[in-house]
Amino acid sequence: MLHLSHADYAALRAHGEETYPHECCGVLLGKASPDGNRVRQIVRAGNTRTDSAHNRYNIAPEELIRTQRQARTLGLDIVGFYHSHPDCPAQWSQTDYNEAHWLGCSYVITRVDQGKAAITNSFLLTGTGEEDKAFRDEPIEIELDSTES
Amino acid sequence: MKIHIPTPLRAYTGGEQTVGVPGATVGQALQELTTAFPELRQHLYTGEGKLRSFVNIYLNDDDIRYLPQKESTPVGESDELTVIPSIAGGCEDGAADALHAICNYFCPKGAKL
Repeated sequence: MLHLSHADYAALRAHGEETYPHECCGVLLGKASPDGNRVRQIVRAGNTRTDSAHNRYNIAPEELIRTQRQARTLGLDIVGFYHSHPDCPAQWSQTDYNEAHWLGCSYVITRVDQGKAAITNSFLLTGTGEEDKAFRDEPIEIELDSTES
Repeated sequence: MKIHIPTPLRAYTGGEQTVGVPGATVGQALQELTTAFPELRQHLYTGEGKLRSFVNIYLNDDDIRYLPQKESTPVGESDELTVIPSIAGGCEDGAADALHAICNYFCPKGAKL
């Protein structure tokens, strides 16, 4: 189970709409818990794949390092990533699988149809290494913010 | 010096997110790291002992692959190494890309797959 506030859920979907027809990407900061990753903050990232931004994304390692430092300062960890699939299913692709190396992290994918966010799914990268890694469907629990409840 | 460990590899450092190791060079520090935590080695290096292609190691703000002395670069007590796996992907796979490339070349202008 991925636990995400409504505000963060809405923000990552809005990010996909803003960058359409290109893929957006970002980092989920939070904490792992026995019942799943709990997101406390999302951090937008730039997509360095400007050569093929409609169907590829890449976060520069330098940006990841800055985000990891930010997480340490906040007492949080990188618990996942998000990106959008413009006019493509909200399912992990072979490319997503090949490029996934953060075991135990959540990979959130939002389908954006003609500029409008549609389905958002999450996949937990399980396994112990490259040889046995696998994406597992991960339910998303959207938590209402205190101001919304 | 300090070595920062990313979330997925902390299972092999006893949960530690930052590990202190001795070493006069980047390579020595990494050697100390994998000696202290042997299970890390297979996640950082291939069977041939090369750094895995998706594993980035930064000395402060510099990718060690692009440092003139690479792993022989001298380090001091205040330097920091960060291990950071790459993150990338995208909605189409390579086969679909190849089809699009072929279509762009052969199909009538404006045609789509």
